[in-house]
Amino acid sequence: MKRRWRDFPVAVGMLLPSAVILGVFVIYPLVRAVQLGHLRCDATGTRCREGGWVQYVDVFRSNEFQHALFNTTRLAIMTVPIGLALGIGLAVLADKQIRGVGFFRTVFSSTVATSVAVASLVWFVLLQPQVGLLPDLFHGLIPTLKQPGLLNDPTTALPALAVSSIWASLGFTFIVMTAALQGIPRELYESAFVDGAGGWMRFTNVTLPMLGPTIVFTTVVLTTRAYQAYAEVALLTQGGPNPERPTESMAYLIYGQTSLIKNDIGLKSTAAVLLFFVLLVLALVQFRGLDRRVHYGN
Amino acid sequence: MATRSDAPGTGATESLHGARKVGRYALLIFVGFLVLFPIYATLMQALKSGPDAIDHPKSLLPINLTLDTLRSAWTIGDLGRLMLNSIFVSVAVTLGVIITSLLAAYAFAFLDFPGKGAVFAFFLATLLVPAELTVVVNQRTMDSLGWINSYQGLIVPLVATTFGMFLVRQVFLTVPKDLREAAALDGVGHLRFLGEVAVPLCRPTLGALALFTFLGTWNQYLWPQAITTDDAHRTIQIGLERLKIGDIDKLNLVTAGTVIASLPIFIMLIAFQRQLVRGLTAGAVKG
Repeated sequence: MKRRWRDFPVAVGMLLPSAVILGVFVIYPLVRAVQLGHLRCDATGTRCREGGWVQYVDVFRSNEFQHALFNTTRLAIMTVPIGLALGIGLAVLADKQIRGVGFFRTVFSSTVATSVAVASLVWFVLLQPQVGLLPDLFHGLIPTLKQPGLLNDPTTALPALAVSSIWASLGFTFIVMTAALQGIPRELYESAFVDGAGGWMRFTNVTLPMLGPTIVFTTVVLTTRAYQAYAEVALLTQGGPNPERPTESMAYLIYGQTSLIKNDIGLKSTAAVLLFFVLLVLALVQFRGLDRRVHYGN
Repeated sequence: MATRSDAPGTGATESLHGARKVGRYALLIFVGFLVLFPIYATLMQALKSGPDAIDHPKSLLPINLTLDTLRSAWTIGDLGRLMLNSIFVSVAVTLGVIITSLLAAYAFAFLDFPGKGAVFAFFLATLLVPAELTVVVNQRTMDSLGWINSYQGLIVPLVATTFGMFLVRQVFLTVPKDLREAAALDGVGHLRFLGEVAVPLCRPTLGALALFTFLGTWNQYLWPQAITTDDAHRTIQIGLERLKIGDIDKLNLVTAGTVIASLPIFIMLIAFQRQLVRGLTAGAVKG
């Protein structure tokens, strides 16, 4: 008992810097946002009145929030499975020990160097209907590229944004999957081979199950990213095209330059807390649902 | 057949031969081309003069290359200033995260004190809270501190992460307790033990953490946008948008801007590939 208290002052000194930062800028904002989520404020954002807990229900059921939730969910459905499949595919492709494979690994990892903002601007220029390269090359095949442009057409805007998103995350997914592949003991492949398993059989019976934990991790990361989408919306579409606004994500609804609730700290808090809950529920569901099917080895 | 020279992998148990090898290379080159295409096209646009980029967007061959566009993007966008801001903020945050992570990890790994479990749970809880939630309130906090448009505002909220503490703690936990006890008997204090024994042990992890933190800070968007309104403190990620506002015939300035903004990161990644892989996979792969 004496010992435990002897270390106490040192421990306090060492934990204080982190605890203060995390307390003030992570935990306090969480608590405060839940409180502020009760408030309704006027257009200038200065005078607020109590709205009560029911405000959470109201905002959640509002058309705006439901619309943003729907858009964001569509974005996740478009980006997560494809991003995951491409990451695994590239990793398997570059997993052979052949000459020059290191070069290809660098190429496949290269998009980690591009931030979401940079990736979005790259695609913005590539897709620009008048001078962009892709419309110039392929407008014969896909007329929408020129008229009115993928990002300006309500049906193609979100898929186009998803492409930029998938590309931006590809490097990350590839690196994580490559590292996981290298952790698979090669005896497993050898015994599968001896048992007469062909390439595809080895992939589905050895590779995929052994990648399980990494797939769960990556799915959660990619889903969380999709549900947090902000920079790509701000730079590619501003939530547009209007009036359908098919690319307005939840984060953009809260923080966007064109956001209706920009000055209302109450409604902003309500929506932010709801976004947090959505993320929390998704992470729990994914961990529980996927965990059951995962083989953790050993 | 069963003898193979390739290293552990997904692998087919046989090495690739002949036609299959050619096929594999063809596939690698094709897919590599697709992945790199947006980067290559952007680079080519950025290396062309304005009129050339408009008249021949299709030309992907490196003809008539010039640094003019990069130069004018640099001047028009005031990219030097934005880059310096990004570098300063990212370096400061990285140093901060390293120091706070080392200290907190040390306390959790080597010290025994009342309330340890509760404090650890507090740290873990912060992992669940996304920036998209905290920005609402942190914006107000910055406002009341007078930290809108300031380096403190860009740096201070980011200098401690549970991820960093966790990563370092994992390494510290592998140090035998006896080692610390023997050092204590010899009169070696905690800070000296941290500096002379513990830090050297986790140097590779610190490298990964540093790179990871630098990248994350460099790439962030929402927070710097939320608390900067003037150009003096804007970071490169949000400052680039300024180049987008011009006419479409100046669009190649945007490509030049993205090239400039990514260049330092490309160089860093090529130099520190191993640390990057370690950092990205820290949470992903067990063991």
